[in-house]
Amino acid sequence: MADLTTNFIGITSPNPFWLASAPPTDKEYNVRRAFEAGWGGVVWKTLGEPGPPVVNVNGPRYGAIWGADRRLLGLNNIELITDRDLQTNLEEITRVKADYPDRAIIVSIMVPCEEESWKTILPLVEATGADGIELNFGCPHGMSERGMGAAVGQVPEYIQMVTEWCKKYYSKPVIVKLTPNITDIRYPARAAHAGGADAVSLINTVSSIISVDLDTLSPEPSIDGKGSHGGYCGPAVKPIALNMVSQIARDADCGGTPISGIGGVTTWRDAAEFMVLGAGNVQVCTAAMTYGFKVVQEMISGLSQWMDEKGYASTADFVGSAVPNVTEWQFLNLNYVTKAQIDQEACIKCGRCYAACEDTSHQAISMSADRVFEVIDEECVACNLCVNVCPVEDCITMVELDQGATDPRTGRKVGEYANWTTHPNNPGALKAAE
Amino acid sequence: MSNSPTTPGLAAGRLAPAVLAENFTDLHPALDRHEAQVAADRCYFCHDAPCMTACPTSIDIPLFIRQIATGTAEAAARTIFDQNILGGICARVCPTETLCEEACVRMEAEGAPVEIGRLQRHATDRLMARNDHPYQRAAETGKRVAVVGAGPAGLACAHRLAMKGHQVVIYDSHPKPGGLNEYGIAAYKSTEDFAQAEVNWLLGIGGITVETGRALGSDLTLAGLQQEYDALFLAIGLAGVNALSVPGDDLATDAVSFISDLRQASDLDNLPVGRHVVVIGGGMTAVDAAVQSRLLGAENVTLAYRRGPEQMAASQFERDLAASNGVRILTNVRPVALHGDAGLREVELEHTSTADGTLRGTGETFRLPVDQLFSAIGQTLQGAPEGLEIDGGKIRVDATGRSTLPGIWAGGDCASGGEDLTVTAVAEGRDAAEDIHRALIHDSEGNLLLLQTTGGRSDG
Ligand SMILES: Cc1cc2nc3c(=O)[nH]c(=O)nc-3n(C[C@H](O)[C@H](O)[C@H](O)COP(=O)(O)OP(=O)(O)OC[C@H]3O[C@@H](n4cnc5c(N)ncnc54)[C@H](O)[C@@H]3O)c2cc1C
Ligand SMILES: Cc1cc2nc3c(=O)[nH]c(=O)nc-3n(C[C@H](O)[C@H](O)[C@H](O)COP(=O)(O)O)c2cc1C
Ligand code: SF4
Repeated sequence: MADLTTNFIGITSPNPFWLASAPPTDKEYNVRRAFEAGWGGVVWKTLGEPGPPVVNVNGPRYGAIWGADRRLLGLNNIELITDRDLQTNLEEITRVKADYPDRAIIVSIMVPCEEESWKTILPLVEATGADGIELNFGCPHGMSERGMGAAVGQVPEYIQMVTEWCKKYYSKPVIVKLTPNITDIRYPARAAHAGGADAVSLINTVSSIISVDLDTLSPEPSIDGKGSHGGYCGPAVKPIALNMVSQIARDADCGGTPISGIGGVTTWRDAAEFMVLGAGNVQVCTAAMTYGFKVVQEMISGLSQWMDEKGYASTADFVGSAVPNVTEWQFLNLNYVTKAQIDQEACIKCGRCYAACEDTSHQAISMSADRVFEVIDEECVACNLCVNVCPVEDCITMVELDQGATDPRTGRKVGEYANWTTHPNNPGALKAAE
Repeated sequence: MSNSPTTPGLAAGRLAPAVLAENFTDLHPALDRHEAQVAADRCYFCHDAPCMTACPTSIDIPLFIRQIATGTAEAAARTIFDQNILGGICARVCPTETLCEEACVRMEAEGAPVEIGRLQRHATDRLMARNDHPYQRAAETGKRVAVVGAGPAGLACAHRLAMKGHQVVIYDSHPKPGGLNEYGIAAYKSTEDFAQAEVNWLLGIGGITVETGRALGSDLTLAGLQQEYDALFLAIGLAGVNALSVPGDDLATDAVSFISDLRQASDLDNLPVGRHVVVIGGGMTAVDAAVQSRLLGAENVTLAYRRGPEQMAASQFERDLAASNGVRILTNVRPVALHGDAGLREVELEHTSTADGTLRGTGETFRLPVDQLFSAIGQTLQGAPEGLEIDGGKIRVDATGRSTLPGIWAGGDCASGGEDLTVTAVAEGRDAAEDIHRALIHDSEGNLLLLQTTGGRSDG
C-alpha cells in the first residue's frame, strides 16, 4: 500500500490529513480522540493573549446551507478564537504532544500586532514541544474589528512584519494562514514569503451572511433578533480555495512557498485535488464537524487506493503535479473542438439537457415525440451545460473532433493548436504573437 | 415440453427452460455503479451507527458506504472483509430486513432503509472480481488446527487462523465445501455457483487444506484429531432433521434434502416437483422450499404452519416473497396424518389454537390433495462427539467459542448461542479463531510464546 507519510516543511505526520484550527482542535479531549481516529496532525484552536480569554456569544454561533437531502454544503460561524485560558491550552498541548510524538501539532496564534505581544507568547508556545506555529491572519469576524485576524491578513506589510517577529522569537516552522477576503491572494502570500514564513495555509473562512429568517427579519445565526457577518466554510468554498492555492503555487514571487490546503476538504478526492494543485498537505474542519473524526478513515483508504492505482509511492510524488496544467485563458487551444454526445442506452429521458439547451443555450438538442434527445452538431458550441445538468453520470460526454475534420457548426476544418494571442479577432494579436 | 404445472403427480420440466432460468435469477440483483452511487448517497454516516450494532459481524457499514460514495468500492470491500470474510455470501443471503436494514435510521425517517445488503454486494463483487486475495498470512507459527465442517463457521475460522500464521485442515463429509451456502441457501440467493467461487477465493490466503468426504464419527475420531492437532474447531452445523411423527410420515420429504438436490441439479429441467405441494413449517427453510417449488412449476403450493403468523420464524419480507410467488400460507394448522397407498395422495390437517402458551388441536380436520409434502420443522445436531456438554440441543460453548473440553472450540449452527444464520456462523467462527490464536501463542500462565509478524491486508 502507498505510504501516506507526509513531510511538510520538515514536520512528518503519518498522513497528510490535519485538522484545521477550529472547534475540533480546541481541547485535549478532542485532539486525543482525533489522533485515535487516525488524523495525521492538528492545528490547535487559535490561542490569544495571556489574561482573561475572549468570550463567545451564548446563542447560536453557526448557520448552514444544505443541498438535496439536507446534505450540509456550507457552514457559517461567528465564533472567536479559543475562549479557554492560555495556560490550560499550553499544558494540554504539552501533554498531548508528549503522548503522540509521531503526530503533528501546530499551534495557531492570534495576538495584537505589536512586537511585545508576540515576544511574550512565542517562548510559551515553544516550551510545549509543538512542531510549529500557524499565524491566524484570517478570521474575518469578531477579532478583525479588534485589529487582528483578517485585519492583519488584508495588509501585506503587516503580514511581513509579524512573520519576521515570529521568525525572530520562535525557532520552529512558521505557517501563515491567509484570509480569502482579499482581491488577490498572491499579495499576502508574497508578503509571508518575504517575511520568512516556512509555509502558507489557506483558506480561512469567507465573510458571509448565510441566511435571513423571513419571519423575524434577523440574519442567521440570530442572536436576540440581530445577526452579524460570519465566516463561511465547507464543501461550498472548495472551488475558491482550490483557485487560490493554485495561484500561489504558480506565482514566481511566492518562491515555491509550501502550501497547506484548506477549504471544503470532505473526501479523499478533495484532498487529492488540493495536493495536485500544489498543497503539501490538507487541513479539514467542516467535514469533521459534520461527520465526526471517523471520516479520516475514508480519506486514508481512498487516497492510498488512488495512489496505488496511479503508482505513486508517496505523497511527494504527486504534490503539484497538476500545476503545469493551470494556465491563463488566453493560452487555451481555440482549435480544440468537441461536441456533446448522448448515450441513448444510458439516457433516462428526463429532458433536463433539452430544457437547459433549448431555453438558455444554443438550441442544440432535439426532442422527438417519444422523448429521444439528440445533439444537433450544427448548433452545439460544446458549452458542457447539458453534461452538467444531466442526472446520469457519463450519459452525455464531450467527444473531440479530430484535426482536419470539419466542424458542422462553423463549416471550418479543425486546425492545429492556436490561441487568442494570435487570433485574428484579437486587436492585440499581432503584438502578442511577436 | 410435454409437462405443465397441471400435469398430475410428480413431474419434471413443468415450465419451459427459459422460464425456469428466469425464475431462478438473482433475487436481489447487483447494483450497477450509478445505482450504487445513488443508494450510497442516502447514508447519513451515523455516529455509532445502529446498523453496525445490528450486524452480527459488526461491519463498519457507514464507512464502507462512504467509501463507495467516494468512488473506492475496493476500499469499501476491505472494510467489509476485515470483519466478515464471507461478506460476499452474506450480502446475498442475510435477512437484512431483520438485521442492519431494520436498524437503519432511514426506517424511522421514511420507512425505506439504505440498501445495505446490495451495497455490500456491489463492493465485494468489485474486489472479488480482481482475483487477487486481499489478505496475507503472518509468518508460519508451526501450529496446526483442524476444523470440522466447511460451512460459513468453519471457513471463517480457518481464514482467520491461516491469516495468523497457523496451518489449517478443514474436514467435511460432503463432496463439496461451503456447507449450507452450497447445499441449503435458496438458488435465487446464490446464483452462478457463487458458493464455490467464494470458497476458492477465500482459500487464496494459503495455509488451508480442504479434505472433503471426511466425516467425524466415521473415518475421523475426536481422539485422533486431538492427537494430531494443536486445537480443534467444530462447525458441523445441524445435519439431522426433526421427523413429523404422524401416521404416514414416511411419505414426507425432508425439505433440506429437496433444496440440496435443487442446488446440486445440473439441469433444473430434470428436477421433478409435485403438482400439489404442501410444506410443513414456518421458517426460512419452509419458505425457501415453498417458493422454489412454485418457481419449478408446481401448480398449488401451500405452506402450513401450526401457530399464528406472528410466531413464524420467517420474516415479513420472506412471507411477502412467498405470497407474491403465489404460495398460500395457512396458519394455525398442523398435520395429523399423511394418506396414500401407492404414494402420497392427501395430507390431513387439524386446526389449532393456543391457550396459556400451549398449542392444542381443535379436533376439526380437513384434507388437501398433495403429491409432494416437505417437512421443514427444524434441523438437529447430529454426530456431535461424545463427551461434549450439550445445551438445548447444541454444543455448549462460552462467549469465545470454547466447548467444555479443553482444546476444542465450536461455532455456527451446531453451537449454543446466536441465531442460526450464515452471518452469525461467520462471526462465531472468526471469534473462535481469535481465541484459538490467543490460546496457541500463550502458555498456561498467559505468557507469550511466540512473537509474530502480523498478517492482514495484503496491501499493508
Ligand atoms: C434451507 C436453508 C435455508 C437457509 N437460508 C438462509 C438464508 O437465506 N440466510 C441466512 O442467513 N441463513 C440461512 N440459513 C441458515 C444458514 O445456512 C446456517 O445458519 C449456516 O449455514 C450455518 O453455518 P455452519 O457453518 O454452522 O453450518 P453448515 O453451513 O450447516 O455447515 C456445516 C458443515 O459441516 C459438515 N459436517 C456435518 N457433520 C459433519 C461431520 N460429522 N464430519 C465432517 N463434516 C460434517 C457439513 O457437511 C457441512 O458442510 C438457511 C438454512 C437452511 C437449512
Ligand atoms: C466554528 C469555526 C471556528 C473556527 N475557528 C478558527 C480559529 O480559531 N482559527 C483559525 O485559524 N481558523 C478557524 N476556523 C477556520 C477553519 O480552520 C478553516 O480554515 C475553515 O473552516 C475552512 O476549512 P473547512 O472548509 O474544512 O471547514 C474556524 C472555522 C469554524 C467553522
Ligand atoms: S454543450 Fe451546450 S450547446 Fe452543446 S448541446 Fe450541450 S448545452 Fe447545448
